[in-house]
Amino acid sequence: MFDVVIIGCGVVGAAAAYELSKYGISAAVLEKENDVASGTSKANSGIIHAGYDPEPGTLMAKLNVRGAYLAGELCRKLDVPYKQIGSLVLAFDERDMASVRQLYERGRTNGVKDLELLDAEQVRLIEPNACKSVCGALFAADAAIICPWEYTLALAETAVKNGVKLYLNSPVRSISPLPSGGYRLFSDGAYWDTRFILNAAGVHADDIHNMAAEPEFSITPVRGEYFLMDKCESKRAAHILFGVPGEFGKGVLVAPTVHGNLIVGPGTEPVDDKENTGTTYGGLDYVKQTALKAVPSIDFHRCIRNFSGLRAVSDTDDFIVRENAGAKGFIDIAGIKSPGLSAAPAIAEMAVELLQSSGLKLERKERIVDSRKRIRFKGLSPDEKNELIMRNPAYGNVICRCETVTEGEILDALSGPIPPQSIDGVKRRTGSGLGRCQGGFCGPKILSIIAREKKQEPVEILQDKAGTFVLTDETKTGGSHA
Amino acid sequence: MLDLIVIGGGPAGLAAACSAHEHGLKNILIIERGAELGGILNQCIHNGFGLHIFKEELTGPEYAARFIEKLKGTGISVMTNTMVLKITPEKQVHIVNPSQGYRILHAKALLLAMGCRERTRGALCIPGERPAGILTAGAAQRYVNIEGFLPGKRVVILGSGDIGLIMARRMTLEGAKVLACVEIMPYSSGLNRNIVQCLRDFDIPLYLSHTVTDIKGRRRLERVIISKVDKELKAIPGTEIEFECDTLLLSVGLIPENELSAEAGIEIDWKTNGLIVYDNMETSVPGIFAAGNVVHVHDLADFVTEESMRAGACAAEYVQNGERAGETVKTVKGFGIGSLVPHKIRKEASKGKIEFYFRVNESFKNRSVIIESNNFTLARFKRKVMVPGEMERVTLDRACIPESGEITVKIENEDGGNEND
Repeated sequence: MFDVVIIGCGVVGAAAAYELSKYGISAAVLEKENDVASGTSKANSGIIHAGYDPEPGTLMAKLNVRGAYLAGELCRKLDVPYKQIGSLVLAFDERDMASVRQLYERGRTNGVKDLELLDAEQVRLIEPNACKSVCGALFAADAAIICPWEYTLALAETAVKNGVKLYLNSPVRSISPLPSGGYRLFSDGAYWDTRFILNAAGVHADDIHNMAAEPEFSITPVRGEYFLMDKCESKRAAHILFGVPGEFGKGVLVAPTVHGNLIVGPGTEPVDDKENTGTTYGGLDYVKQTALKAVPSIDFHRCIRNFSGLRAVSDTDDFIVRENAGAKGFIDIAGIKSPGLSAAPAIAEMAVELLQSSGLKLERKERIVDSRKRIRFKGLSPDEKNELIMRNPAYGNVICRCETVTEGEILDALSGPIPPQSIDGVKRRTGSGLGRCQGGFCGPKILSIIAREKKQEPVEILQDKAGTFVLTDETKTGGSHA
Repeated sequence: MLDLIVIGGGPAGLAAACSAHEHGLKNILIIERGAELGGILNQCIHNGFGLHIFKEELTGPEYAARFIEKLKGTGISVMTNTMVLKITPEKQVHIVNPSQGYRILHAKALLLAMGCRERTRGALCIPGERPAGILTAGAAQRYVNIEGFLPGKRVVILGSGDIGLIMARRMTLEGAKVLACVEIMPYSSGLNRNIVQCLRDFDIPLYLSHTVTDIKGRRRLERVIISKVDKELKAIPGTEIEFECDTLLLSVGLIPENELSAEAGIEIDWKTNGLIVYDNMETSVPGIFAAGNVVHVHDLADFVTEESMRAGACAAEYVQNGERAGETVKTVKGFGIGSLVPHKIRKEASKGKIEFYFRVNESFKNRSVIIESNNFTLARFKRKVMVPGEMERVTLDRACIPESGEITVKIENEDGGNEND
C-alpha cells in the first residue's frame, strides 16, 4: 500500500512527485506512456510566464506567480536549461495599447514585479525585428524560456532518487475504493493500492476523475501547432514576443528557445480526440501568417520541425486543484492549461497541502537528494573537454553533429535514474536529434547504441512511444550477419 | 604548421587531397568524422560511379577505394572518427576525437569538403501525424546497406531525387513493395537513367505534379495521402489518392552543410546554402577553398572529383605562391538559370579555361546557353535538352573574360529555330 499514487508524469505529476519525495512517505507515479513528459509537457512553448495574464483572484494567477518564482531556483538546482530573457506583449494600434495597459494593471494586482510599459521607440531599440508598425508593449523582465521536457525529467529523476517509484507503460484503466479506505488502481495486468490519489492526468484528468466519482468537469483538448526553426533564425527575437491575448488565450508567440532555435506558435483549435497531435495545413498557415504580422522577417523555409501539443482546457475557466467531492483522499489537478508549466511547482505545493488537510501526515526526511548535474559536452571549455575525454574516450565520439552530443552523454542517459526507452527518449535526455537534420545522421547510430547497451535486437528499438518501431526486418543478407 | 587541412574524407576531400599532393604539397591532413574514408560513397553500393573519371562502372565503395589506394605512399595523413567543431578565418581547425581529445590544428590553407545533408519533413512542413516510418532516403540507405535492416515493407517515396530513386530499386530488391514515387514538380529532379533503371524497370509509378498532403498513423505510419498540385504548387482538393504504407522515404533535396563555414564568417549563398566561390574554388576568406557538394549539389560523384581536383590544385598554388590578387568579375544568373558556380572570377587568379556549372530552373529543348557581358555575347553553346535535374557545364577561355564588371549566363529566350530534333 502506497501512501500516495500520482497518475500521470507530465510536469505537474513530476513536480508533485518531487515535492512529496521530500517527506517520509511511500509514493508512486503511474505513467501510461514509456517515458515522462510524453504529452502536453513535451509539446508546448517552453515559457515561464511572468503572471500578468490570468484574471486576478484565480488559482491560475496565484499559482503562476508563485510557480514562476520557484522555477528559477529549481532549474539552477536541478540543472535545467532556463534563461530569464523577458517577454513583450506587442501592441500595433490604440486598441491593443488599451489591452496592454490592462495587462499591466492586472500584473500589478497579481503581484508581478518588474513590469514596464514601453513606447514604440523603446520597443524598436530592444526588439529591432518587430514589425515597424509596433506602437508600444508591455515588458515583463521575469518571463523566462525553459526546456519543458528536461524540467519534467529533472523533477521526476530527483523524485526517483529520493525513493518515489515510477511505473511507465502503466495506464490506469479503473479505480475501486478499498473497504478499509484508500483505493486500488488497475492497469493492464497490474494493480496498486494507495491511501491517496493525485490525478495529474492532463487531457485525461476528467476520465480518471470519473473512474472514482460522479462527473464534475470535462476537459477539452485544445490543439496548438508550432514551427521550430533552425538556429540561424533565433536572432529574429531577443525576447518572448506575444500579440495581445485574444478570445482563445495568449495566441501565437515568437521566441528563442533554450536550445538556440526559434519557436513560433501555437494556434488554438479545440479537437475531439485526446491523442490527436497531428498538424494541418490550415493550422500551420494560421500560425505563420499571425507570426509574420509581429515579426515580418521570419524565414519559414528555415523550419526544421512542426509539431502540435494539446492543452487541457476545463469547462471551469480556471485550474482545478481540489479534493474530489465524492471521493475522499482523491485530489484532482485538472484543467492545467497555460500557464501550467509556469505554475507546476506551486501546484505541487498546493497539492501537498491538500493531502495534509485530507489527513496525510508528512514529516520531512532528514536527508534528500536535491541537486542534479549532467554533462553537456558542447558547453565545456577546451580544457574541460580534454579532461573528460581523457577520463572516458566515449566523450570524444560525437554522435549528433548538429547539436554536438557525444556517445558519453548518450551512455550517461542510458544509465540514468529513468533510462530512456527509445531514440526520442535519448533525445529528450541529451539533445541528440534536436537539430536541423532531425536525426537523419545520428538516428541510426543511436539506434545501434541503444541496441548494444540494452542487449536488444535493432528491430525492437523504438523511435518514441510503444509501437513506434524504426525497422521492420533484416535485409536478405541479414543485419545480424552484417 | 600543416600546408593543407582537408575537412571531409568523401569523394571531394579525397580527390582534392590527392590533387594538392600531385601539385607539390607535402604536409596534408584529411579529417573524416566517419570510421573510414569514403563518406557517403560507402553506403552507395549501386554501380554507375566512375564512368567519366575511370571509363568503367564502379560501385560507390569501389570508387572510393581507388582514391584511398592513391593516398598510399603520398604521406598524406588521415584522421578518422574525428569531428571538426569549429574553423576560423585564421585557418585554425578545432577537432575532437576519442584518442586525442580536443585539439586545435593550424594550416596554411583549408579545403572544405563537408558535403551536404538531406532536407527533412520539417523543412517541407508536411502536415499530418508524426509516426515512426518517415525517414530520409539516405538514412534508409544506411539502414539497408550498412546496418543490414529494412526500415519498412510498403513504401511511398516523396521526391524524385537520385537517392530516392536508387532506394526505390534497392527496397524492391530487398522484398519491399514500393507503391509510388511522388514528385511535386512537373519533372523529375533525378537523373533520367535512374528514372528508367530504378522506377520504370520495376513498374513503380511516378506521380509528377503531386505531393504528400496528409500523414496518418499514431505509432507506426499507416497511410499517406497525396494530392495533385496546381501551377503554384498548391494542392488541388478532390485529387487525393491514398496509399496504405508503413514507410515514407523523403528524397526532397540536399542542402550543403555549411554551419561551420557560416560560423567562420565565410560568405554563403543563403538560397542554396552553398558556399560562394571564385573560379579557383576559393571562398570569400583567402586561403579557404571548397569543393563538391558543400559548394553546390552535384549529380555525379565523377563531377565532384573533377571539381575537387581543380580545387586541390588551386589550394596548392595558394600555399606555394600566395594570394593572387586581381579584379573581380561577378557572374550573374540570367534567364532560365537556377544556380551558377563560380560566383566570382579573378581573371589572373588561375590558368586555363573557366568552367561554369549551372542548373536550369525549368526544362528547355533546343536552346542555346549564352554567356554575355555588357550585352555582348562572349560564347554560345547549343543544347538539345536541359532539365533542372541535370547539372550543365560550359567552358570559356580565360581570354574572353572582361577586365571587370559582370558576366551573365542565360538561356536564349526563344527556340533556336533552325534545328529539328
